[in-house]
Amino acid sequence: MKRHFRVWRGDASGGDLRDFDVEVNEGEVVLDIIHRLQATQAPDLACRWNCKAGKCGSCSMEINGKPRLGCMTRMSTFTDDETITVTPIRTFPVIRDLVTDVSFNYEKARETPAFAPPPGVAPGEYRMQQVDVERSQEFRKCIECFLCQNTCHVIRDHDENKPAFSGPRYFIRAAELDMHPLDDRSDRKEYAQASQGLGYCNITKCCTEVCPEHIKITDNAIIPMKERVVDRRYDPIVWLGRKIFRRDQLESADGAVPTVNPPMSSARLPEGPPVGPDGHMEIAELSAPTQGGLSPFGEDLSFPLPPEYVSYHHPERPSEA
Amino acid sequence: MSDNKIERHLYDVVVIGAGGAGLRAAIEARLAGKRTAIISKSLFGKAHTVMAEGGAAAAMGNANSRDNWMVHFRDTMRGGKFLNNFRMAELHAKEAPERIWELETYGALFDRTKDGKISQRNFGGHEYPRLAHVGDRTGLELIRTLQQKIVSLQQEDFAATGSYDSRIRVFQETTITELMLDGDRVAGAFGYYRETGEFLLFEAPAVVLATGGVGRSYKVTSNSWEYTGDGHALALRAGATLINMEFLQFHPTGMVWPPSVKGILVTESVRGDGGVLRNSDNKRFMFDYVPDVFRKQYAETEEEADRWYADPDNNRRPPELLPRDEVARAINSEVKAGRGSPAGGVFLDVSTRLPAEQIIRRLPSMHHQFKELADVDITKEPMEVGPTCHYVMGGVEVDPDTGAAFGRVQGLFAAGEVSGGMHGSNRLGGNSLSDLLVFGKRAGEHASAYVDTLQVRPRPAKVDVAAAVEVALAPLVRAAASSTGSSADSSTGSSADSSTGSSADSSAAPSADSSAGSSTASSAASSAGSLIAENPYTLQQDLQAVMGDLVGIIRREGELTDALKRLHELRARVANVGATGGRRYNPGWHLALDLRNMLVVSECTARAALEREESRGGHTREDFPAMNPTWRRINLVCSLSFGEVHLEHKPVPAMRAELLALFERSELSKYLTDEELAEVEEQ
Ligand SMILES: Cc1cc2nc3c(=O)[nH]c(=O)nc-3n(C[C@H](O)[C@H](O)[C@H](O)COP(=O)(O)OP(=O)(O)OC[C@H]3O[C@@H](n4cnc5c(N)ncnc54)[C@H](O)[C@@H]3O)c2cc1C
Ligand code: SF4
Ligand code: SF4
Ligand code: FES
Repeated sequence: MKRHFRVWRGDASGGDLRDFDVEVNEGEVVLDIIHRLQATQAPDLACRWNCKAGKCGSCSMEINGKPRLGCMTRMSTFTDDETITVTPIRTFPVIRDLVTDVSFNYEKARETPAFAPPPGVAPGEYRMQQVDVERSQEFRKCIECFLCQNTCHVIRDHDENKPAFSGPRYFIRAAELDMHPLDDRSDRKEYAQASQGLGYCNITKCCTEVCPEHIKITDNAIIPMKERVVDRRYDPIVWLGRKIFRRDQLESADGAVPTVNPPMSSARLPEGPPVGPDGHMEIAELSAPTQGGLSPFGEDLSFPLPPEYVSYHHPERPSEA
Repeated sequence: MSDNKIERHLYDVVVIGAGGAGLRAAIEARLAGKRTAIISKSLFGKAHTVMAEGGAAAAMGNANSRDNWMVHFRDTMRGGKFLNNFRMAELHAKEAPERIWELETYGALFDRTKDGKISQRNFGGHEYPRLAHVGDRTGLELIRTLQQKIVSLQQEDFAATGSYDSRIRVFQETTITELMLDGDRVAGAFGYYRETGEFLLFEAPAVVLATGGVGRSYKVTSNSWEYTGDGHALALRAGATLINMEFLQFHPTGMVWPPSVKGILVTESVRGDGGVLRNSDNKRFMFDYVPDVFRKQYAETEEEADRWYADPDNNRRPPELLPRDEVARAINSEVKAGRGSPAGGVFLDVSTRLPAEQIIRRLPSMHHQFKELADVDITKEPMEVGPTCHYVMGGVEVDPDTGAAFGRVQGLFAAGEVSGGMHGSNRLGGNSLSDLLVFGKRAGEHASAYVDTLQVRPRPAKVDVAAAVEVALAPLVRAAASSTGSSADSSTGSSADSSTGSSADSSAAPSADSSAGSSTASSAASSAGSLIAENPYTLQQDLQAVMGDLVGIIRREGELTDALKRLHELRARVANVGATGGRRYNPGWHLALDLRNMLVVSECTARAALEREESRGGHTREDFPAMNPTWRRINLVCSLSFGEVHLEHKPVPAMRAELLALFERSELSKYLTDEELAEVEEQ
């Protein structure tokens, strides 16, 4: 049976919805239809996918305005004469067609302090109870589809909040580490509040609604983190303790991680800019094997070359090679 | 659009592939102090490893204290029908537990036993419960953990140097199309950013291949678009060799309905946790298919099999847990005998075996997958399943200890699914995830050590780079030429699913240009102006049809010969593939470039399958249905010279005596030749 589709096509410079009539068979999902379009009508239609089974989180798109995984949206959920409109996820800059630049998320991931292994516990000696790991495991189900990030009104259509706001995906990461039975840091909540912009969240639960993994982002991560941050803030003893023992850790966590976002023009992780915001060269240049750009002649050649290496042909006296 | 600007990067170790093997290798190279690049065709954290479900096999002995590396080694050799590289199997069995424990120090959270250790589950072919797991999303846990470890290393580098990327950098959505050589030494890798279509050149003395498998050459497969055998082909073109390419694993339980998800995997844990296979007569047919070599380890009655789940020490295991090749063949014969399910599979049932609440807890993503994709509630009804192309045992022939590729080339390493030998003729479930960690680490370590031995950095030759650019652009050039050509209006593609139609089509293609596999094929671009460029999607479908129909689970001499002929025809057509739409994130162009890799790897598979006149593991010949001990001693090795695949026989390394002693004589006699047995006797 033929169905009517409208698919957004274009790139950073603009684009529009294109109409397609395309064959749909029983049991198919929206991603199948996109593939059929590629194979029959639009070979260069850009779309990410990998697993076709809701496991990799690549095929995020907006279907009739709803953030969804293309591979988990069955055609049978639409009425027979419904036009299906497919657009790229809106919170991130378009690269081409349905592919967007999600590097924002990878930057936020890099800013979130990693798991801190408990000192003195050898590999193989980790002991945890199932009930204790289960709370963190819920958040580790995340397939990084970024649909929650896409749907959150704090950054959807509000690019200006992006530098200060990590988004629900990284709140659950902080919560996961906070609830990890053996994580050695105890300032995860404070970090979320101070550096991830947890305060911007006003618990609308839109993120929970779109999560294809059915992670209870708000109820199980955001709310408990907010509550406990509040507890600590007003509990003078905890506050004092934190001041004495945790100051150093807090400093290094907040101070060292600037939340400046380079322009999001590329889906790959951004390269350290040659000159930093302070006008100085990146120190990393010094740790690189060479300074400045690479020599077009290779790195093991130094100038001037010995004369016998130079082949020069005089225009008038070719014999003097 | 952009010109042919080439971005250049200098690294010590370049790791191609960001799955489990690649990430583990990169971590090791970075820890060895090497500047490391990780390259991946898709986004960071989305490689195939993310899809692995069941678990990672490691003899930690948490669930049954009798388990140890020797038992694991024995199971692995049995599973691979003794064709495995014994040294790899040995290292794997010994080192897997350490590698799993290490993950916990990176932050992984596996499911736990009552005493707080890592829980282990049953899986086909493993004598004891051995698979460390997280529900049925173990691969996700593994890749996310490694991804987060890399982030944590980057944070350390940031603290030390002010740049996250100073020592380890991830190039995501970047495809490598060619390896660069300086004489016989690896000098780097050439590729393009998928997003912009711009080129990059990595100059590096050591390259680790961790590109995964080849399943995309099959129609029914659990593999994603990434699995086009790039690493296999890159290695061949660089002068390395491939072994065991005839052995492909067809996973017995892929979804068969609805058609659009055909092939998507149903994890073996369904069976490990009590699921049983039934045919349309409601019979548990697996009891009829226990081969002699396994007779002693498997139950003969349903009662005994059912007792095993609770009391594995005093009962033998249910035959549903036979190695995958056996189960896949059994399902195939049931369906052929007309006892299949409506959609052409058989029934896999857990609903009558476990309470609903347990099914949801132990198999959450299967429950989810069937509910969402097939509208089937697995706690109430059986699933319909059938074989799907899943894993390639064959791959780059490597040194077992270092992961260094054999053949002419130096500085090339391989780990993970792209390497060969470890799994012999058939891989046990769960042995891949642990393989990635064990050999990923080793490859990273030895690639770094190799870099230290070099006096001068090998340098890519300019002509090679120029040739790589030309090959990469050729499909676009061709499409542009053919659309401006006069004959552009007649239809481009032959009908999608007809492999038979392909021979007629190909007569129109230039028969002279048959060097598709080599890097000199680019001349086609200029000469193709008058021809209509081929549609890459059509070509892929035609290739899948050839491989699926003629080089599938059950193989026959005539069909294999036919397949080789068709592959040859396809080669001419692939040399004429075109892609419209520019360089920016253009999937048609990307596929056009992947096709030549798929083709050369498919040819290796077909050639080796035709040569091996026996049935063993992932290779079943209808005309030679039995295992032949003489063939056990032979590895088939593929290499490439001047664009042509060459096949050689090479002896399988002989197992050390103390390892042989782990097996009973009666078992060895099923695999070894009389001559070998006599030698064993003497020792
Ligand atoms: C559905 C499914 C379930 C599975 N379940 C299990 C299980 O339970 N237990 C188990 O042990 N095994 C399982 N396996 C097998 C196992 O997951 C894979 O064999 C394993 O993940 C392969 O890992 P890898 O690191 O070798 O490669 P992959 O994880 O596949 O990564 C390959 C990487 O190489 C990159 N790449 C490829 N070509 C290029 C190129 N030309 N340029 C740049 N980058 C490139 C890709 O982008 C990707 O990042 C399963 C497999 C599937 C498909
Ligand atoms: S609950 Fe908070 S994080 Fe989630 S969508 Fe609403 S504002 Fe955003
Ligand atoms: S939390 Fe859910 S919606 Fe957000 S990225 Fe993870 S899986 Fe996607
Ligand atoms: S393709 Fe992996 S989630 Fe849709």
